[in-house]
Amino acid sequence: MDFFSGIDWFFIATSLAKTLGIIFVVVLPLVSYTVYAERRMSALMQDRLGPNRVGIPFTNIKMHGLGQPIADAMKFLLKEDLTPAHVNKFYYWLAPCLAMVPALLTLAVIPFGSTLLGVPMVIANVNIGILFVFAVASLSVYGIVLAGWSSNSKYPFLGGVRSTSQMISYELSLGLSVIPLFLLLGKLNLVDIVDYQAKNGWLLVPFWGEGWSWRRWLLLPPMVISFVVFTISIFAETNRLPFDMPECETELVAGYHTEYSSMKFALFFLGEYAAMITGSALIVTLFLGGWDLPIPWWSHTAGFHIALVDGSAPGIAGILGGLFNIVTFFAKVAVLLGLFIWVRWTLPRFRYDQLMRLGWIFFFEIALVNIFLTAGILFYLP
Amino acid sequence: MATIVSRPKLNFREKLYLPAIAAGLAITIKHLKNMLLGRTKVVMQYPEEKWDSHLPAHYRGAPVLVRDKERERCVACQLCEFICPPRAIRIKPGELPRTSNFEKVEKFPLEFDIDMIRCIYCGLCEEVCPEQAIFLRKDYAITGLTRAEMVHDKKKLYEMGGEMDGLVNKWNPKK
Repeated sequence: MDFFSGIDWFFIATSLAKTLGIIFVVVLPLVSYTVYAERRMSALMQDRLGPNRVGIPFTNIKMHGLGQPIADAMKFLLKEDLTPAHVNKFYYWLAPCLAMVPALLTLAVIPFGSTLLGVPMVIANVNIGILFVFAVASLSVYGIVLAGWSSNSKYPFLGGVRSTSQMISYELSLGLSVIPLFLLLGKLNLVDIVDYQAKNGWLLVPFWGEGWSWRRWLLLPPMVISFVVFTISIFAETNRLPFDMPECETELVAGYHTEYSSMKFALFFLGEYAAMITGSALIVTLFLGGWDLPIPWWSHTAGFHIALVDGSAPGIAGILGGLFNIVTFFAKVAVLLGLFIWVRWTLPRFRYDQLMRLGWIFFFEIALVNIFLTAGILFYLP
Repeated sequence: MATIVSRPKLNFREKLYLPAIAAGLAITIKHLKNMLLGRTKVVMQYPEEKWDSHLPAHYRGAPVLVRDKERERCVACQLCEFICPPRAIRIKPGELPRTSNFEKVEKFPLEFDIDMIRCIYCGLCEEVCPEQAIFLRKDYAITGLTRAEMVHDKKKLYEMGGEMDGLVNKWNPKK
């Protein structure tokens, strides 16, 4: 009985609520509406209209096609789930899960809000934060590799092989590009990183907050370099164009998911977009101030200053502040998702050797030099 | 003889690759902006907007049969049936009774079927018809749920064609 009395039921209940809420209320709908946004934006960029028909069923209300993602989901659920005879059944069934799970698992350590009613808006506040993200995010390559290998067909196999080598070359620059951040902050905990940015200005735009000095201006270029390298590596990590080598429609039919149909295909699809959301959330957390949005404020006591809105205020103001932070965070994520889509429909795919050259010769070196640059600045201006 | 195409020499700006990316991003966002502001012309939204009023006079839609005031024009000569490239037309000729005012015409179609699944809208039937009884009209949305529904019989063809005035060219001395 001692064991049960030691359990913090409040913690378990709130964690469960946060987990279910973030997955089923926020991320999964966000995934389907990212797909919708992708289709609409790509259409508009190509002077087409995109899906603008599906609205509320059995009525003539169209709502610019906002019902399309729901119709797509229904279609995926009702389609025939085909398992080809020549596949390795166990790994063939395992691969879609492995593509989907890491993307959602990564969200656990990302702070998506400050506090709400005293509960911190992060599912797991762990000190290894970013290391956990890198460790779990690399697992998603197993989904692709296993799908490619178990399908027992040449196009998926080529997709899987490409995915592996791409992952190896971009994991390096991904990891190295964030080291300057930790040289500056001395912490790996994502919650602490966001708190620091809320107090001192976002790492990419440090124009307000405490500790305004020459040192921060000197540190801005390394941070911008980190941001660019990190963002491009995230593009490669999530297999988005211009780095969509494993999928590569024009060369490999559909790449690693050629042999998949119905909900198993949908899981790969969901995994890809969930990874995009996780990647955007990570960029927002590390470089763009997470849930923080500076609001210029004027009061008699303090004069004109930048107010920090979070959930720490008592009563209704605290609740509104907490909700405002959550909305801010997902608005930033949505803007970055827009960037992902914009880039995808602009740039052509890199040739395979160009991609490897970019990863190994440019980004790896840039990230490495950037570490020494930041270390130098921090050495002379501690 | 094979020609060797030398690679173009790129200057520093082109080698940097980034200006090209920025230019590309600018182009796509410009198109997006123009679409959102309604400056771009988009294609006709078909079921809501239709092309019908813009159809030219010579448009070749579904073939139909027409009748005169007194009688049906078709004399079941079967020329259209013979010329039809996909063999979409089937005619079963019948004999006009002696009592008819047009007894000298002798024949009329007992059955006249056009299989609209086969029809290729070539207009040869219209061209070959000596009696000007068959015309290609502007109906283009011919749909059906079964194959049988897609076969237009004589009743349907006259329903779509209706009545047509004027002298048949064959009897017009000027033509």
